[in-house]
Amino acid sequence: MTGKNFPRKPRDKRPWYQAAFALGLNAWIPSWFKGEIFQGGIKGICVPALNCYSCPSAMGACPIGAMQTFFGGLRFNLSVAEKKFGLYVAGFLAAVGSAVGRMPCGWVCPFGFIQELIYKIPTPKLKIPHFMTYFRYAVLVTMVVALPLLIVDQFGYGETWFCKWICPAGTLEAGIPLILLKADLRPLVGFMYYWKIGLLVLFVGWFVVSQRPFCRTVCPLGAFWGLFNKGSLFRMAVDDEKCTLCDKCHKDCPVEIKIYEQANSPDCVRCLRCVSSCKFGAISYEFLGKKEVSPDNRVKGPA
Amino acid sequence: MKRRLPWVLLAVSLGVMAVGLLLGEYRTVLEKAITVCLDCIGIG
Repeated sequence: MTGKNFPRKPRDKRPWYQAAFALGLNAWIPSWFKGEIFQGGIKGICVPALNCYSCPSAMGACPIGAMQTFFGGLRFNLSVAEKKFGLYVAGFLAAVGSAVGRMPCGWVCPFGFIQELIYKIPTPKLKIPHFMTYFRYAVLVTMVVALPLLIVDQFGYGETWFCKWICPAGTLEAGIPLILLKADLRPLVGFMYYWKIGLLVLFVGWFVVSQRPFCRTVCPLGAFWGLFNKGSLFRMAVDDEKCTLCDKCHKDCPVEIKIYEQANSPDCVRCLRCVSSCKFGAISYEFLGKKEVSPDNRVKGPA
Repeated sequence: MKRRLPWVLLAVSLGVMAVGLLLGEYRTVLEKAITVCLDCIGIG
């Protein structure tokens, strides 16, 4: 921070932020001892992360779960003229996206943090083909919006399809702990539970060998916020005159993007590791009129 | 001109959120969040 004119590796403080957010979003520890979930009045506040509200200590509401609840109940609500459209959750998601795009994925989301930790296990690693990243949009459209809205029971209620069939965060944060803590739930364990455990095991295996695979290929929350990356207040920028195409940023990127090709890619989780790793100071970010380049690495680029 | 877009988006989003809150949607989210979600844990 002293403006010294030589490159040195900055300490990556992001894991500490991620750990703090993971703990902060799940801070009601007494629930773990009681085998209950936190039921305080603040739990209706949506959190900017995929964090299951049935995790015993969860302090807030998962916006993806809440959104599905609204879509699932929309037809019933319309039939009885109940004015519940999901505007609170949709507005929250769009407000976060408009402000910072996909940044909460890189800094706040506990499930993203878990994936990054598991990836540190030293094994041979696998790249994720880019075409697979489009799958998350299909998940968003079908599992979060279309199926809850279109397939309803005799009362007009749809299910939370993503939570029920896919979400490994729910299995990890709520499914396993609650079955261990609440004996009265254990007789209900059946096919669905084993399906979700199996899926979680597959995902964890994938976390070991690939970087943030769930965020990149499945997460509907990341898919939605990624759409805002190009138009959000927070923006990344690459100075073409300073960039030498050395590819260091690509090698260091937790979602394996080439930021010098598309600075505000919908895949970018805005962890800012590239800003730190660029020794030419070519990558910067801008927020509310302030432009920042990593001071630790601001060296003169090639002439 | 270009940089007005995120401000407009943000203002509209906050407005939509406020309407939702006025319609009592916070209570709906709260009720869902404080109930054990059987779908989420795989026994729904």
